[in-house]
Amino acid sequence: MAFLRGFGCYLPARVVDNAELAPMVGADPAWLLHATGIDQRRFAADGETVSSLGTEAARDCLERCRATAGEVGLVIAASGSGEYRFPGPATAIARGLGIQGVPAIDLPMASAGSLFGLSLAGGLAHQYGNVLVVGSEIMSRVVRLEPPSRDTAILFGDGAGACLVSAADGFAEIRDSLLASDGEFAEALRLCLDAPLYMDGRTIILHASRKLPRAILQLLERNRLQPYDVGAYILHQANLNLITRVAHAVGAPESRFFRNLARYGNTSSASMLIAAAEWRAGSQEKLAQPVVFAAFGAGLNWGAVLAVPPGAMP
Amino acid sequence: MDNKAKISRIVKSFAAEPVDPAPGESLFESGLLDSFSLADLVTELEKEFAIKVPDSDLVPRKFDSIDRIEAYVASKS
Repeated sequence: MAFLRGFGCYLPARVVDNAELAPMVGADPAWLLHATGIDQRRFAADGETVSSLGTEAARDCLERCRATAGEVGLVIAASGSGEYRFPGPATAIARGLGIQGVPAIDLPMASAGSLFGLSLAGGLAHQYGNVLVVGSEIMSRVVRLEPPSRDTAILFGDGAGACLVSAADGFAEIRDSLLASDGEFAEALRLCLDAPLYMDGRTIILHASRKLPRAILQLLERNRLQPYDVGAYILHQANLNLITRVAHAVGAPESRFFRNLARYGNTSSASMLIAAAEWRAGSQEKLAQPVVFAAFGAGLNWGAVLAVPPGAMP
Repeated sequence: MDNKAKISRIVKSFAAEPVDPAPGESLFESGLLDSFSLADLVTELEKEFAIKVPDSDLVPRKFDSIDRIEAYVASKS
């Protein structure tokens, strides 16, 4: 059994609104908002790194959970934009927290990384106690603001999120998770070593539109839950239109799908945990209904995690 | 109504503009379909023709024109 203790996040201080971004990409600010649904995003400062953002999010998470770094038994860090081919940011985040000797694992998966980390943490908590899951990205350094990459570049922002999963207690029990991968479309969304982020948007949206709702519905069905039973859906914040379509396909009220994309853009693996931190900060201390986390991204990798109020389900 | 006419009707129901695309015209390049309307189009094709589009067939170019959609539907029927 594993529990969610809490979340945290870190957003770089520099806010880049559409008025600032528009001249960089040769577009009109109103068009940027219309095309993306994004008002503003954050860009990391020159001295910031993927691991420094992740460390700040982890600190925020531990503080919100009233936990100390010394209680952490395992670190899982998801990122697709790390500065090095290896090592990934996991060990640097652990070092930044002052944690020595505990395993620190990287998931170089981009958008779905935090979801996979959350699921893995749920399975490993009984062995490691408190598992810290971090998603951290500096997407502004892996996109190119000029054509033909412009339409992809305008979607992304920088940030980090974190979650503490515990074997002992928490505000929600991780009840079940459904993860899936399909390498047949790996080339559709990729970050090569010597080129900016590439995304075949049509293929990605087509697959995400079908795979995400299917994963959520399968997860709910095997736990004998209806879409309406879920109080909150916390999705990877990839695209407002996609979230709306997932809500319709699942058959749950759109209002239950948390959204903060307009303020941060798509922060890849960080987005779901940033959303979770904001959702949790705005929700009641005691969880009243199940919550579903879901993400889709490069790989292709996708899935959903179900968490329920402790003791709510047999 | 033959398959081509049915497909044309479905395409028009999701198109960005009320026009009749030529059978070989690219629905993406012409701006008639975007990423999201493509997903809706595939779902509607499954209903109309009682076919199942597997994930391995979720390749946009298979649905890029009325001719290509017709060929795909024929291959599944």
